[in-house]
Amino acid sequence: MSGLTKRFKWLATPYLLWSVGFTVIPLIVIVRYALTDDTGAFTLSNITAIADPIHARAFLFSLEIALGCTLICILLAYPLVMAFRRLRLSRGKFMMFVLILPMWMNFILRLLAWQMLLSSNGIINNLLMRLGLSPLKIANTWAAVMIGVVYEYLPFVVLPIYNAVMDIDKGVIEAAKDLGAGSMRTFWRVIFPLSMPGLKSGITMVFVPSMTSFVIADLLGGGKLQLIGNVIEQEFTHSMNWHLGSGLSVALMVFVLASMALTVKSENNVEEDRKNWEES
Amino acid sequence: MGRKLTDLLCRFYLAIIMIFLYVPILVMVVLSFNSSRSRVVWEGFTLSWYARLFSSKQILGALATTLEVALLSAAISLVIGTLAALGISAMRRREYTITMALTNIPMLNADIVTGIALMLWFIHFMPLSFNTVLIAHITFNIPYVILAVLPKVQQMNISIYEASRDLGANAVYGFFTMLLPQLTGGLVAGFFMAFTLSMDDFVITYFTKGAGFNTLTTMIYGEIRKGIKPEMYALSTMIFVTVFAILLAVNVLRGKEEKDEAYY
Amino acid sequence: MRHTIKPSKTLPAAALLAFALALTGCGGGSSENKEASEKRSLTVFNYSEYLDPDVLDAFTEETGIGIKYEEALTPEDMYTKYKSGAIGYDVLCTADYMVKRLISEDEVQKIDLDSFENAGNIGERYWDMAKAFDPDNTYAVPHFWGTLGILYNTTMVDEPVDSWGVLFDGSCAGNIIMQNSERDTFMLALKYLGYSLNTDSEDEIREAQELLMNQEDDVQAWLVDEARDEVVAGNAAMAVVYSGEAYLGHQYNEDLEYVIPKEGSEIWIDSWVVTKDCADKDAAQQFLDYLCREDVAKKNFEYIYYSTPNEAVIDSLDEEDRSNEAMVPSDKATENCEVCTQIDPEVTALYNQLWKELKAN
Repeated sequence: MSGLTKRFKWLATPYLLWSVGFTVIPLIVIVRYALTDDTGAFTLSNITAIADPIHARAFLFSLEIALGCTLICILLAYPLVMAFRRLRLSRGKFMMFVLILPMWMNFILRLLAWQMLLSSNGIINNLLMRLGLSPLKIANTWAAVMIGVVYEYLPFVVLPIYNAVMDIDKGVIEAAKDLGAGSMRTFWRVIFPLSMPGLKSGITMVFVPSMTSFVIADLLGGGKLQLIGNVIEQEFTHSMNWHLGSGLSVALMVFVLASMALTVKSENNVEEDRKNWEES
Repeated sequence: MGRKLTDLLCRFYLAIIMIFLYVPILVMVVLSFNSSRSRVVWEGFTLSWYARLFSSKQILGALATTLEVALLSAAISLVIGTLAALGISAMRRREYTITMALTNIPMLNADIVTGIALMLWFIHFMPLSFNTVLIAHITFNIPYVILAVLPKVQQMNISIYEASRDLGANAVYGFFTMLLPQLTGGLVAGFFMAFTLSMDDFVITYFTKGAGFNTLTTMIYGEIRKGIKPEMYALSTMIFVTVFAILLAVNVLRGKEEKDEAYY
Repeated sequence: MRHTIKPSKTLPAAALLAFALALTGCGGGSSENKEASEKRSLTVFNYSEYLDPDVLDAFTEETGIGIKYEEALTPEDMYTKYKSGAIGYDVLCTADYMVKRLISEDEVQKIDLDSFENAGNIGERYWDMAKAFDPDNTYAVPHFWGTLGILYNTTMVDEPVDSWGVLFDGSCAGNIIMQNSERDTFMLALKYLGYSLNTDSEDEIREAQELLMNQEDDVQAWLVDEARDEVVAGNAAMAVVYSGEAYLGHQYNEDLEYVIPKEGSEIWIDSWVVTKDCADKDAAQQFLDYLCREDVAKKNFEYIYYSTPNEAVIDSLDEEDRSNEAMVPSDKATENCEVCTQIDPEVTALYNQLWKELKAN
């Protein structure tokens, strides 16, 4: 725990200025568009438009994709991190870089590569047919979009969990083992709870982007599947209805903040206890 | 379950994940050697796209812009973000909560909302240009830097800094020699995170960029319709090979050091 | 932008700007210097991959006029970006109905074609076509043109395709790629139903939407020009594409044929216009004139192989290419076709709404 005294506070000033200038004010601009119509009169209709069947449908689909993506990423990430630990591949962070390296390739090119892999006469299906199996129908379905988001965001879940698990004191794990806990028990009782902060930041980094990544939905969904991000993008660029686009964005934001507030609440209590204790 | 078997399972699982991550990259590499302009037709092996890549002013320009934005935005957000992390850790509870909420906004906001909000705001007072892209990238990078650095700040041992001050070192000198080294891990992680995010961003760049220049992502997006130019695949392959070689070299060197130091 | 800057906003904004610029100064410097060294410059807005970028450099070399080049994917994207005022465009190339809309909104300025050296290269036939949206040929200079039709794989269908009906009768269910473009999609449905594609009848447009709604399960994907590659690769049996895609499609896969369905289709013409805010009209006209020059038009033609309205280029083609219907559609092939000129705001809004419903289906 740090003992930085209050006089260090001013170091955050440039950031706060920046944040107000380029995060808060733009947000206010968006909210103002959301709350007005073409004539400038106040209205809530742009925000309540999220309940319109067209938008609600895209919203629910986004929710399905985001929940699915987050869950799959977590399910893939833990065994991976544990495998790293077990095989002692944590040294030199080499494996971490191996995980990140694909992210340095342009994401549109990677998605197009997936398109080629998955398409009905594509690479995977040709392989399957050569093996005498029946081809898959994945291209332009929700499954393709799901593969796309999981592929794109998996490293964002693995990295924080990896860091959290690596931060766990080896002594703690050894102690659990010494006390006779099996591998599974050690994982559930010790490693998993202690990795919670990592898990949470992983979820934070993946949930919203996977709801709104309209490029992924466009490229892998064949233009048939619309995330709420696609709808918002279309309102801004195609229909030129900035008020509605802003309204839907604000509705999305409110939803995300509300759900985050709910999940983070328990964590906050712990945090507050810590802060209280520090100050006393 | 036997130890060996578990190890084998681990390796098998690791291999599957690696295949999942690297198969698309392999596809891109293969495409860079395809002599046809169309990605769906294989017309034989060629190296000509690599040659053409170096004579394409557009692609090299976009590459330069991309790197410029990524490096500058990562460096600037590293400075602002690190200072912020130090400041934040010194805050009282209420200030801390508010600032962290502020930090979460760009991360919880959809890219498209961030991009459009910035565009709508920029056009009030400045024309879209290289600078607007840079500002936008810094804006979405800072929170990631803060998140990477803040935990390290909170674990920081500050007594040696205070001791150095007591011994007459000035604040700046003390900071650079006593405090900053303790943050290295977080700084490196934050910088790379920022650099990576910036390199890969499309949506925010698309909405905030001015006319007359492209980053690689906006250029590639424009090429989707008519088919990605094979030079792009060549470029990606080269980036990939270069980065991979550097990583490998660093790892081998480090591995040696570690072995030399402590072999048990 | 619709909102003017209020004084109260300017001050903090300026302070922030100064702060931001101080921090980003190193990056901005270089690009601003570049601007200063090129005294005259044009900001050009075009569809992506719609001209050979080397042509732009050559223009700067010849005239000393710098070009800032910007691309977009659809006419609607262009319109939005132009109207937002975020970037001051001088010259843009866009679709027929969009040109008409810009003219009607007073967003473009007249061009003095008499000052052009190469305007004569554009054939009379194409100036006449352009009259559909620019009645006196005073605003727009044609760039590329073509038709909308079906590109299909002859090995994947039982009999030759000659009607839009093949998209709707379920015979190729799951193997169809539609054009991910509001206007084009509605236009082909209207044509199939026997209506004019410029109709303003809500009933007819709604009927077209119903037809398209029922097609939902038959459609494999909604794509734009990338549809060509999908048909080439055999991922789909047919795709609705612009005629320009047909030539390359056939080059890559000889089984592909392009057809303008018998019910008729649209003729589209993408043209250049000069915006009303263009300060250096002389430079803009020089640029458009330059694009009409034979060698330049030829380079652009060879860059994407769309139908060019430049007779000088057409004359330079060999006999085989000149008689290629995909490259130079004959009058006969286009006799049932219309140019889209429907810009009534109410109809546009209706299209927007119905398109949204269709895509959400």
